Amino acid sequence: MQPPPFELVAPAGTPATLKAAIRAGADTVYCGLRDETNARNFPGLNFSEAELRDAVEFAHAFGARVIVAINTFAAAGHTGPWKNAVRCAREAGADAIVAADIGVLDHAAERYPDLRLHLSVQAAAGTAEAVEFYARRFGVKRVVLPRILSIPEIGNLAAEVNVEIEAFAFGGLCVMTEGRCHLSSFVTGRSPNLSGVCSPAEAVSYTRDAEYKSARLSGLTIQRENHNKPIGYPTLCKGKFSAGGQTAHLFEDPVSLNTLDVLPELADAGVTALKIEGRQRGKAYVERVTREFRNAIDRLMAGDSNRVSQAAALDHMTEGHRSTTGAYRKTWR
Amino acid sequence: MTAPIELTLGPLFFNWPVQTLADFYARIADESVINRVYVGEVVCGKRSPLVESTLVDAAERLERAGKTAVWSTLCSPTNKRERSATASLSTFDAEIEVNDIGALAARNGRPFTAGPMLNIYNETALAALQDEGCTRWCPPVEMSLAAIRAVHAARPDMPIEVFGFGRLPLAHSGRCYHARFHSLNKDSCRYFCEEDPDGKTVSTVDGAPFLAFNGLQTLSDGVHLATTPSFDLRRVGIAAVRLSPHSVDMVRVAAAFRHFLDDQIAPLELKNSLKADVLDRPVINGYLGGRPGMEWSTQ
Repeated sequence: MQPPPFELVAPAGTPATLKAAIRAGADTVYCGLRDETNARNFPGLNFSEAELRDAVEFAHAFGARVIVAINTFAAAGHTGPWKNAVRCAREAGADAIVAADIGVLDHAAERYPDLRLHLSVQAAAGTAEAVEFYARRFGVKRVVLPRILSIPEIGNLAAEVNVEIEAFAFGGLCVMTEGRCHLSSFVTGRSPNLSGVCSPAEAVSYTRDAEYKSARLSGLTIQRENHNKPIGYPTLCKGKFSAGGQTAHLFEDPVSLNTLDVLPELADAGVTALKIEGRQRGKAYVERVTREFRNAIDRLMAGDSNRVSQAAALDHMTEGHRSTTGAYRKTWR
Repeated sequence: MTAPIELTLGPLFFNWPVQTLADFYARIADESVINRVYVGEVVCGKRSPLVESTLVDAAERLERAGKTAVWSTLCSPTNKRERSATASLSTFDAEIEVNDIGALAARNGRPFTAGPMLNIYNETALAALQDEGCTRWCPPVEMSLAAIRAVHAARPDMPIEVFGFGRLPLAHSGRCYHARFHSLNKDSCRYFCEEDPDGKTVSTVDGAPFLAFNGLQTLSDGVHLATTPSFDLRRVGIAAVRLSPHSVDMVRVAAAFRHFLDDQIAPLELKNSLKADVLDRPVINGYLGGRPGMEWSTQ
């Protein structure tokens, strides 16, 4: 049986990356405006209004789609930039916006009823009831699932809802339910929900002494290794900590999500769009990962049942050269 | 005269033995100055069957003692049993606290409190929830009083409840950290979370405590303490201060807050009077002033 076609959704932090992703075989790219309205609000990233218009024109010429991420939560008393981002996306001719904030969804649904709405992973909608609420109230057409559901759970959810299912396929692994994590603001004052950043670079410092090298976040040592071992970026939940006399990666090891080996299972579960994470990544990275997933999807659609592990093909693109299928396998929990 | 700021007791996050739970709520009913108590398992659906009948009895006793008892829904229901428990709470005619947006599917406009785990950060989102029946809002813990004030200015009729005491609930996962700590997974967890009635402290490799885990939940190590005077709280629309249950003498904690909110003691006196009652942890309040949550400021 021909598996259902996956839509390959690739990240684009810059116009150059967007073009590279599309040329590498992305069906869809997602990007954000250069402000606090999207969850990758880093200096040097993202699109101006004019760049967004050009991006949509370029993508459409290649038969590809553009999703605009407006997926932080609008600031109290200052919702203007989020409303403006929705207007920009609409006027640029974007194919959809992906949002998490009920205020942003409400505004978009009311003001632009023909604008296609996707529910961002930051909305933490992990049950059929939650997804149905957003579908009924705002007419969302697609949900991006939190990275805490197993494949059977995704299958159950997909069978019960009338919206498309997008799942994370590759890249950073959020250990906590997205949208329900304040760890970053607790330590640094800036958070994914409000500022679009997690463990932001301005709070990071690296030191080395005779024995160790360490990475700190707001002065707290999050990573520490001997000189012969690499230390990763000090993302809070992937740090090394102590509890009850044990020192370990108590929440998660520094690893990346890689689903190359479970694509058939994801297809069977009803996932129709695969999302590659990483708008903060460089052009070469996005190009390489997109091409690898394009090939894997094409092989799958051609009925290639060769189950030799493909995950290794992207090992050098993963954090600490290690990958995981995360919560997709229930034992992860 | 302006109504006094209410004191509420948030839902218990921790896995306490049923007898401890029964005794705890009995004392709250009989001896505390708390006006409103949220009951229900919000962190881990695996624990619900262990405590359900005890909580039903506790809610009845609280009501008989003149408190308002409000059932809270699970933060992140996953399996069938958890989802149907949430749906059945949602059909209650009485007010409930909603901690997952999915609970609104069966709510049909009946009144509810938006719990701090719902991502309501602005006046537009709150207005949309009001259409769905929201009658009270407990903002996410990372919101500053200045941001809360901006929402209040736009929706002045909505009573707001601010998180005032306890380890801050900072994150929720599908993964159980107590199980992982014991080299188990969630499905075979053996309820090790019971060993830590206030969560298990997590330190950096330098030995600086800063977090705690409690099953699927990650909390602050420090105890959040809102020492903003009632005059300033009222100006930002705060109608109630929420105390989160811990294994300290919560009756005393509530009494100290009552004195403070009635302007009988100063912020520093509140802090000092609770010294023995804050789990021997540092106090923090950074979020209220728009700072990192782990900081403390005398304001």
